[in-house]
Amino acid sequence: MVPLSYYLLLSGFLFACGVAGFLIKRNIIAIFMSIELMLNGVNLSFVAFAAHWHALSGQVFVFFVMVVAAAEAAVGLAIIISVYRTRETLNVDQVNLLKL
Amino acid sequence: MSFHLILFLAFGAVCAGGAVNLLAQRHPINSALSLIAVMAALAGEYLLLGAEFVAAVQVIVYAGAIMVLFVFVIMLLNAGEEEETKGSRVAILLGVPGILTGSVLMAWVVLRHSGTEAVAIGALPGPPVDIAELLFHDFLLPFEVTSVLILIAIMGAVVLASKPEATARKVD
Repeated sequence: MVPLSYYLLLSGFLFACGVAGFLIKRNIIAIFMSIELMLNGVNLSFVAFAAHWHALSGQVFVFFVMVVAAAEAAVGLAIIISVYRTRETLNVDQVNLLKL
Repeated sequence: MSFHLILFLAFGAVCAGGAVNLLAQRHPINSALSLIAVMAALAGEYLLLGAEFVAAVQVIVYAGAIMVLFVFVIMLLNAGEEEETKGSRVAILLGVPGILTGSVLMAWVVLRHSGTEAVAIGALPGPPVDIAELLFHDFLLPFEVTSVLILIAIMGAVVLASKPEATARKVD
C-alpha cells in the first residue's frame, strides 16, 4: 500500500522539474520537452486521484491530455522547424523578434 | 516495506532521476532519451495503480509517437550542444531559497493532509471496456471534438513545416 501523497509528491516533483527546465533551458527543443514533462506530471496525479476515488473519469482525462499533447507536439515541432529555417539557430536568446 | 512500495520507489527513482537528468544534460538528444526513460517509468507507475489502458497508451503515444517526433526533429535540425548562459545572481539568490521553502511547505501539506488513505496495488477497477463505455458514452462530444483538433493540428503542421517557397508559389 502506497499512500496517495507519495504519488502526488512524485507528480509535483516532475512538474517542478518541467517548470525549472522551461525557465533555465536555452535550447528551444529542450524547452518543449520540459512542457511534455509538466504534462506527464499532471497525468500522474490524474491517475493517482482516479485510483484513490475509484473514478474512471480521471483516466479519460489523461487520454484527452495525451491527445492534446500529441497535437501540440506536432504543431510545436513544425514551428521549431520553420523558426530554424528562418533564423538558423535553436537558441531562444537569439530568437527575440517576431518579424525578421 | 511492501513489495508495492518497493516497486513504486524503483519506478519513482527512475522518474525523478530522468527528470533531473533532462535538466542537467546540455545536448538535446540526451534530454530526449532521459525523457523517454521518465515516460516508460511513468507507465510502470500507471500499471501499479491499475490503469493498464493508460499505461499502454503512455508507451504507445508518448514514448512511441511523440518522442520519436522529438528525436526526429533533433536529428533533422542537427541540434548541437546548448550554449551556456549566465543566469542572473538575483534569480539564484532569491530562487533557490524560494524553491526550497515552497517545495518543503508543499510536501508537508500533502503528507499531512492526504497521507492517511493508501492506494492499493491495482486499485483502479479500469478494464478498457469500462473506459470505452465512458469514452464513447459520457465523453462522446469531447472525443469527437478531439478528432477535429487532431485534424487541425495535422494541417497546421503541414502548412508550417512545408518549404516557404512552396507556399509562396501557391499564393502567386
